[in-house]
Amino acid sequence: MGKPEAVLSPAQEARKAWMGLLATSDAVHLAERIGALDLPEFDWLRRPEVGGVMVRGRMGGTGAPFNLGEMTVTRCSLRLATGEVGHGYVQGRDKRQAEQAALVDALMQGPRADELRDAVLAPLEAAQVVSRTARAAKAAATKVDFFTMVRGED
Amino acid sequence: MYVAVKGGERAIDNAHAWLAEERRGDVTVAELTVPQIREQLALAVNRVMTEGSLYDPDLAALAIKQSRGDLIEAIFLIRAYRTTLPRIGHSHPVETDKMACDRRVSATFKDVPGGQVLGPTFDYTHRLLDFKLMAEGEVPEAAVADPRLEPTPHVTSFLNKEGLIQSEAAGDEIPPDLTREPLELPANRALRLQALTRGDEGFILSMAYSTQRGYGNSHAFVGELRIGKVAVEMDIPELGFAIEIGEVELTECETVNKFAGSKVEPPQFTRGYGLTFGQTERKAISMALVDRSLRSKELGVEVSNSPAHDEEFVLYHCDNIQATGFLEHIKLPHYVDFQSEMELVRKMRVEIASASAKEAAE
Repeated sequence: MGKPEAVLSPAQEARKAWMGLLATSDAVHLAERIGALDLPEFDWLRRPEVGGVMVRGRMGGTGAPFNLGEMTVTRCSLRLATGEVGHGYVQGRDKRQAEQAALVDALMQGPRADELRDAVLAPLEAAQVVSRTARAAKAAATKVDFFTMVRGED
Repeated sequence: MYVAVKGGERAIDNAHAWLAEERRGDVTVAELTVPQIREQLALAVNRVMTEGSLYDPDLAALAIKQSRGDLIEAIFLIRAYRTTLPRIGHSHPVETDKMACDRRVSATFKDVPGGQVLGPTFDYTHRLLDFKLMAEGEVPEAAVADPRLEPTPHVTSFLNKEGLIQSEAAGDEIPPDLTREPLELPANRALRLQALTRGDEGFILSMAYSTQRGYGNSHAFVGELRIGKVAVEMDIPELGFAIEIGEVELTECETVNKFAGSKVEPPQFTRGYGLTFGQTERKAISMALVDRSLRSKELGVEVSNSPAHDEEFVLYHCDNIQATGFLEHIKLPHYVDFQSEMELVRKMRVEIASASAKEAAE
């Protein structure tokens, strides 16, 4: 089922994780976090563009793929003066969020990685965990506890 | 034959200006904001995303505001917007077994790992109008319990262990895409599922209901219905690996139908599948029933001449934008068409009148 995933290096795994976090982050929260930092100049490799990604599902949940419908995604690429290239992919149509995601991606590859992890990524991740856990806790409260009534015996 | 006519520009401009005023309604009543629609009319937003075939809650909410709550008009707006978007790529198939479930119920197995989780459902409400909602007030907080953070397995995977259910053929062939190629029949299942997902909820519901009432009889059970968020991953060429590009809320329904067996298959259960954006369970269940109904030929079960067994009938009539486009065009000016029809009717009347006059004279 599915083609085997390429094995990623630890650096690639780490980048995959932060890019995924940035893609689904809350734009306002990201802007607040990154706004407090001193940001470098950069050159655009690709200015932010809004596009559609066709989301696929699997027939019966496990079978062959089919096209479910599209979602909006904004992407961009930039290069810092120090040479690091950052890519931003975010869900939705927020070009500023894509720019900030690309900046974080670029900075995470340089000497400021620890600073960015503490100031931006860790708080974003914590916020996501809080919100997911809160939702799961509400779902758990609606779980049915069955009890069987005693059947009448003749 | 179509003949262009000019005129009406002023009337059209004024009609649109009046539309804008009517859309706003009484200005002493606060104007709706797009976030209010997104948050408080979420199920309408979900329907517009599913049938508009674009997951973007803000845009769907805007479309609902612009269309004054006419959901088919809103779906039309989203479809039109969608065509302007450059296609960045396609995702890996979403892994619904890893869904963070808000709701997960099975009508076939009481005790399933992960349990029966009702979620924010209308089920078991009394359908009595709640006049408290006419007043502003605080909402009581929802109860919480120990969260389940591990994935919830699919119910059908348990039936699969016994071999009692037909298994889905795995594969990774590129599915056909209705937004790129026109619909051609016979359609494969991937194309049918795409068409059904985008199809009109009312139409799909009625088709599904017709199968329950005996037109292309098949008795379905909801093996599982789940609603929640899944991650969407896409390969990024410049990186050489896939990343998560977003998260979508989905409703997934798997139905199971008893199947007496055929020459090549033992008696077992067959499956129908529904997958839709957002919390749209009526649509997902209907889709699963219609999917199963349209699979009759490939499963080797009797195909009746009922509408729900007729792929052409279902697929060519389920799209409400195509349907409304063709239906509503007949209200637009057809002056020349109609004049030629009038000429014809007049001529026929003259012929009949002269024929009967001749007969009377003889």
